[in-house]
Amino acid sequence: MNQEFQFHPEMASTFAYEVDMLYFFVVAVSVFFMALICVLIYAFAVKYRRRTPDQQAEAQIHGNLLLEIIWSVIPLGLMMIMFAWGAYLFFRVNQIPEGAMEYYVVGKQWMWHIQHPTGQREINELHVPINTQVKLTMASEDVIHSFFIPAFRIKNDVIPGRYTTMTFEATKTGKYHLFCAEYCGTEHSRMIGSVYVMEPEDYQNWLSGGVRDQTPEEAGARLFSQLNCATCHSDRAGARGPSLNGRYGTEELMADGEPVLVNEAYIRESILNPRAKIVSGYQSIMPTFQGQITETNIFNLISYIKSLPVTEGTPQ
Amino acid sequence: MSTLESNGVVAEHRMPRDHFLNATHTVKSWLLTMDHKRVGLLYLVSISLFFLIGGTFAGIIRLELATPQADLLEADQYNTAFTMHGIVMIFFFLIPSIPAVFGNFVMPLMIGAKDVAFPKLNLASWYLYIFGAALGVITTLFGGVDTGWTFYTPYSSTYSNGNVILAAGAAFVIGFSSILTGLNFMVTIHKMRAPGLSWFKMPLFVWGIYSTSLIMVLGTPVVAITLVLLMVERGLHIGIFDPSLGGDPILFQHLFWFYSHPAVYIMILPGMGVISEVIGAFSRKRIFGYEFIAMSSVAIAVLGFFVWGHHLFVAGQSIYAGMVFSFLTMLVAVPSAIKVFNWMATIYKGSVSYDTPMLYALSFIFLFSIGGLTGVFLAVMGLDIHVHDTYFVVAHFHYVMVGGAISAYLAALHFWWPKFTGRMYPEGWSRFAAFMIFAGFNLTFFPQFIVGYLGMPRRYHVYPEEWQFLNILSSAGATVLAVGFVIPLIYFLWSLKSGKASGPNPWRATGLEWVLSSPPPEHNFPKTPIVREEPYNYGKIIDNPAEEETEDVEHV
Repeated sequence: MNQEFQFHPEMASTFAYEVDMLYFFVVAVSVFFMALICVLIYAFAVKYRRRTPDQQAEAQIHGNLLLEIIWSVIPLGLMMIMFAWGAYLFFRVNQIPEGAMEYYVVGKQWMWHIQHPTGQREINELHVPINTQVKLTMASEDVIHSFFIPAFRIKNDVIPGRYTTMTFEATKTGKYHLFCAEYCGTEHSRMIGSVYVMEPEDYQNWLSGGVRDQTPEEAGARLFSQLNCATCHSDRAGARGPSLNGRYGTEELMADGEPVLVNEAYIRESILNPRAKIVSGYQSIMPTFQGQITETNIFNLISYIKSLPVTEGTPQ
Repeated sequence: MSTLESNGVVAEHRMPRDHFLNATHTVKSWLLTMDHKRVGLLYLVSISLFFLIGGTFAGIIRLELATPQADLLEADQYNTAFTMHGIVMIFFFLIPSIPAVFGNFVMPLMIGAKDVAFPKLNLASWYLYIFGAALGVITTLFGGVDTGWTFYTPYSSTYSNGNVILAAGAAFVIGFSSILTGLNFMVTIHKMRAPGLSWFKMPLFVWGIYSTSLIMVLGTPVVAITLVLLMVERGLHIGIFDPSLGGDPILFQHLFWFYSHPAVYIMILPGMGVISEVIGAFSRKRIFGYEFIAMSSVAIAVLGFFVWGHHLFVAGQSIYAGMVFSFLTMLVAVPSAIKVFNWMATIYKGSVSYDTPMLYALSFIFLFSIGGLTGVFLAVMGLDIHVHDTYFVVAHFHYVMVGGAISAYLAALHFWWPKFTGRMYPEGWSRFAAFMIFAGFNLTFFPQFIVGYLGMPRRYHVYPEEWQFLNILSSAGATVLAVGFVIPLIYFLWSLKSGKASGPNPWRATGLEWVLSSPPPEHNFPKTPIVREEPYNYGKIIDNPAEEETEDVEHV
């Protein structure tokens, strides 16, 4: 037998511990009911076995309303406890903590591209510091993938055309499996990698040792100028597009009168499908960048736009 | 009266002189038959064939997974193997299985009818099945399809290099066979019950078939539309699901599961009906809580339409939608628990014998309970994040679909085989096979719960080495299971010629079907029976008479 053989996966995140508590509770309830069913069936099967071919049943029982109620209400109560507990955990793990380190993840057939807040890029590897809240913003270049780290008990689908996020806080240093959990084609089972949880100083060493690329903001700034975005998106009076300075996280009024929150999904949509939502007071003249820009570069542009400060004179 | 078995002398039965099998002999008389019993047997032969094909794919998968590396198959071949396994087993075997074989053969007998309401339509549904299945075979011959049986977009609509349109077309056509069968059964149950057979006197199998038919008629059109949309997007590049064409990939998942979750109940509800029949007969006891079992079938059928979103907790669905779906899914546990506890209460104070159908029924209770309880893990949102799309899910639905539905199917086959053919199978061999299937099944699928919780994703062709031991257990179990499935095939074929004549009622069970000779006459009941008794009236002594006692029909 393999040395590494185990019956239970490692718990390496704050969430893993919480999930396992619920898991053990549901296992305990299940074992109890299975034991009850097995013992009763075995007991009845032995006690009431047919001894002669003509033997009739001891009694013909129509039913019993009280019993029906008992074996409906008790399972229902247990189910409701499990439902509430599970919904609570799910809700919690989907709350994005303030100030989390933000990584960008792009899934494509069949690899994971990961970009650190400080600009380092990795393929199929994710290095994170221990005891630090991490947020992953994920997009897909092609089909649906799913980012799965069993040791952290987290998973979320990575979907073309939209952003999904997930957060975790690793609690144990080590190397853990990273899988694609949603079937995505030929090399699905090779779309795997490793997550390294490191002490903060080791993480810093790793960062300085790794080939540091531009930070997402820097890369985004360069793209912003390469794509001539500033031609229209500027503070100048009479600019053809709305200024982007300090707009991230605010609400913009659209031409149809609806306010829209400027977030990652909105910016992404505006780059790929500019006609979808037009800011009030502007014409629909922006060309689409669909097919001309990778998901990674969209992340970079978003990072850059996020970093733009409020400038004086920006109409609010 | 014949000599009773109690005297230690086994009653000698002879085959009846005239019955539906020897009424006509030509191939044409079978292929153009309007007899529901013959249609049932046509289905039996065809779905058995597809069970063997689907099983072969399963064998290939387990052989490949015996080692962590890729050695037997290329990645694309593996992906095709698990996809074809899923498509064949679900669309070509499980969905038609109990309804099309036993619903067709037994249900009209149980309600005292001469046939189903629309005999021609019934034959037409078999031809649709064959047409769809032929498309499936053609798909396979052209290299198969690699999307998984779930056909998730945009992989299926844009990226897959398999025969998606052909495979979706096969499922589409088979869907209509299922719709027509469901429709036929519903009308039959409503309009053709014998005088006196009120709704709450119907055998529970009929309730199971009725609930299943409801889902077939209401749910199948949705998957048919969905598959058409998929074919349109793939063939004509009209954007429906692919975001690069302006579509929404999650929309497909909603539409697909709106049918495919209820379809799970299509597979299990008739099985639950079978288990009720078998437990009553082999405990010689009236079913405990008959009304609760009957209504829980209907409850499962109805609730089943409101739980599809539990497949989408981590697929980009809103958290609040997820909570509603999780809550509704938990409710399904109640009617399921009601059934299990009522079956157990039926055994209590019974006269319990352990003939093969009963072994499968007990096996069903055990395996279905595990399948149901592990379903709870998946319905609980916080846990589903981790176990979703892992082998835990694979193990769970095999416990329900194989441990549940196929155990019930085999229970039904062993229970009604004497009624089908007039002959007994060898009891020793059949018990031996039942034990092998039980042991092989658990050895195959229990380790998958463990490896799933450890994190092994499903649909993986290669996997980390530390999980090899559990996978070897699984592959070893699959070998035992395969042998267990082949044994019945052999002894059933053997029994056709050499099996002992069974007499009309070898199990001494209640129910109108057991009053008729085995095999039944071509037109079932010489005169319409009148039902005066409650179902499962095991308080009276029931015999297996040597002669056909048609004049007794009215007493049931």
